[in-house]
Amino acid sequence: MRYGERILKEVMVLLGSRKHFVFILLGIFLVVPNIAYAMHIMEGFLPAIWSILWTALAVPFLIRGFFNIQKTVIHEPKLKMLLGLAGAFVFVLSALKIPSVTGSCSHPTGVGLGAILFGPTTMSVIGCIVLLFQALLLAHGGITTLGANTFSMGVVGPLVSYGVFHLLKNTGRPRWLALFLAASLGNLSTYVTTSFQLALAFPSETGGVIFSLTKFLGVFVLTQVPLAISEGILTVFIFNQLTVYSSNELRELSLLPKEHMHV
Amino acid sequence: MYKKHSFLKKPILNLFLLTVVIILTAAPLFVLQGAEFTGTDDQAKKVIGELNAGYQPWFSSLWEPPGKEIESLLFVLQAAVGAGFIGYYIGFARGKRDAEKQ
Repeated sequence: MRYGERILKEVMVLLGSRKHFVFILLGIFLVVPNIAYAMHIMEGFLPAIWSILWTALAVPFLIRGFFNIQKTVIHEPKLKMLLGLAGAFVFVLSALKIPSVTGSCSHPTGVGLGAILFGPTTMSVIGCIVLLFQALLLAHGGITTLGANTFSMGVVGPLVSYGVFHLLKNTGRPRWLALFLAASLGNLSTYVTTSFQLALAFPSETGGVIFSLTKFLGVFVLTQVPLAISEGILTVFIFNQLTVYSSNELRELSLLPKEHMHV
Repeated sequence: MYKKHSFLKKPILNLFLLTVVIILTAAPLFVLQGAEFTGTDDQAKKVIGELNAGYQPWFSSLWEPPGKEIESLLFVLQAAVGAGFIGYYIGFARGKRDAEKQ
């Protein structure tokens, strides 16, 4: 993952400082027209060839994540409960459809916390399990779009969260800010990815992929902005609880310095 | 990390964080009077219809919850299972920490 981590850092540098990011967010707020319903890609709404492609891209992450989880369970049984907590957090957040400024609803993903605790590929597996549950029992998302949705929510989102957190942590930013931005940007990037996936599958006849992309970004991203903020705050909140009650586990994961007393 | 702001004692800070989330969530309900908040994926379907009018979904859900109420039941179940485990974890971790202190 070292190499991937470095690429992520480069990307973050290219995207500019977080001040710029705030302005970009504000820009999106002002420019994007007032439409939106959001969430995962619906069953049958991705042509077969794209379903196969995104599944193929998601599978390596799932395999790696599976072995990561196995390693945690076997070698660090103390962390099993915390792993369960990361999964439970995804379960809760992805079940909550929350109203947004666009007059429609979407839900957070919750994968940022686990990505920070256990690394991104572990969350690929957990994300995939939650998506499977929702596809089979809730007709939300779908089996044919499971690969694509796993790629956006289980691969890109956690990778971004993980990268942002470690990038900011290494530059000495306060931990709450690193956590907040990691979870928020992970959430947003999930839905940016969804927009890309739909735009690639449905390029506009006149405007091509770019035109479609702006359309889908308009649907997915604006609704997601307040939810991303909420997810960032909730992630900081849960992490605060962990620093109080599970400081040993966090030390084991090198997320708290040794003998650090949280105030 | 909150050492510098001693007025932000932990419980108060956490309460503040949750309040912000609640405000963020509730604000649209008050600001956007008359919006339907029908949170489905219909809008994306509509955009697909505009971009590619001939597209027919080639697969449909294996099973769909019969009706809105059942669907919300299952969503609530999902959230309850998750929240239940989080509560269990915090209680468990707290008990463990207190036991270790003694």
